[in-house]
Amino acid sequence: MTELTRKRPEFRNINAFKDLTTYRMAAAAWVSILHRASGGLMFLLLPLIVWLFDTSVSSEISYERFTSAFQVGVGFVPGWLFKLVVLSIIWAYLHHLIAGVRHLYMDATHSVSKQFGRSSAIVTLVLSIGLTVVLGAKLFGLY
Amino acid sequence: MSVNYGSKRVVTGAHYGLRDWLAQRITAALMVIFTLILLAKVLLVSGPLGYEGWAGVFAPQWMKALTFAVFLALAYHVWVGIRDIWMDYVKPAGLRLALHVFTIVWLLSCLGWAVQVLWRL
Repeated sequence: MTELTRKRPEFRNINAFKDLTTYRMAAAAWVSILHRASGGLMFLLLPLIVWLFDTSVSSEISYERFTSAFQVGVGFVPGWLFKLVVLSIIWAYLHHLIAGVRHLYMDATHSVSKQFGRSSAIVTLVLSIGLTVVLGAKLFGLY
Repeated sequence: MSVNYGSKRVVTGAHYGLRDWLAQRITAALMVIFTLILLAKVLLVSGPLGYEGWAGVFAPQWMKALTFAVFLALAYHVWVGIRDIWMDYVKPAGLRLALHVFTIVWLLSCLGWAVQVLWRL
């Protein structure tokens, strides 16, 4: 480049600590990052999920161990902490599924307007968090 | 554009991307359908589920076969998603390769365990 060309504007990556904490994220932005986060969480907890399947389905005796894990806990993990972790898996699955269906719907119908992005994001958040609360109440024995 | 020809070829990438994009969606649709089937079987049981009811859901051969296919679909779906996360946030190729290997080993181990559980019922 010669000295006659003007300096081009530079766009660097955002700084997580300076910018992310100060941005006001739209509803669709929350849905998107939580979609990624919920996927990552389920990936990390996948061995636990397979263990839940294993103990619940293998035999009557293991099924007893499965149900008792929710009451008295398993190993060094108390029952309430176990339930909390399972609730996080429930939320992750619900959010990931509903946000994923939102993706599939937008792919199929090409409804990619800003308004639809906002309204569908709010529906996703309300549905996923709402169902998490309902299932969590059942899990913690509130009804 | 990045230099990725000759000796700078990157193995930790998405290549065309279209196959994985479509595979992620198809596996997702399959898993949603499976979830609905599972939900229907569980909710249509009268009274508390118990071990018999729950293990009984996976007893028929067709259900075992379908569940097996869904496990495979899940493994591919998760691979594409997690690989995309590594691609977005981890720039050094050597570190990313190590994370790819870790991811695949993690997924294959879980898959093998789940299939083992399914077939000793």
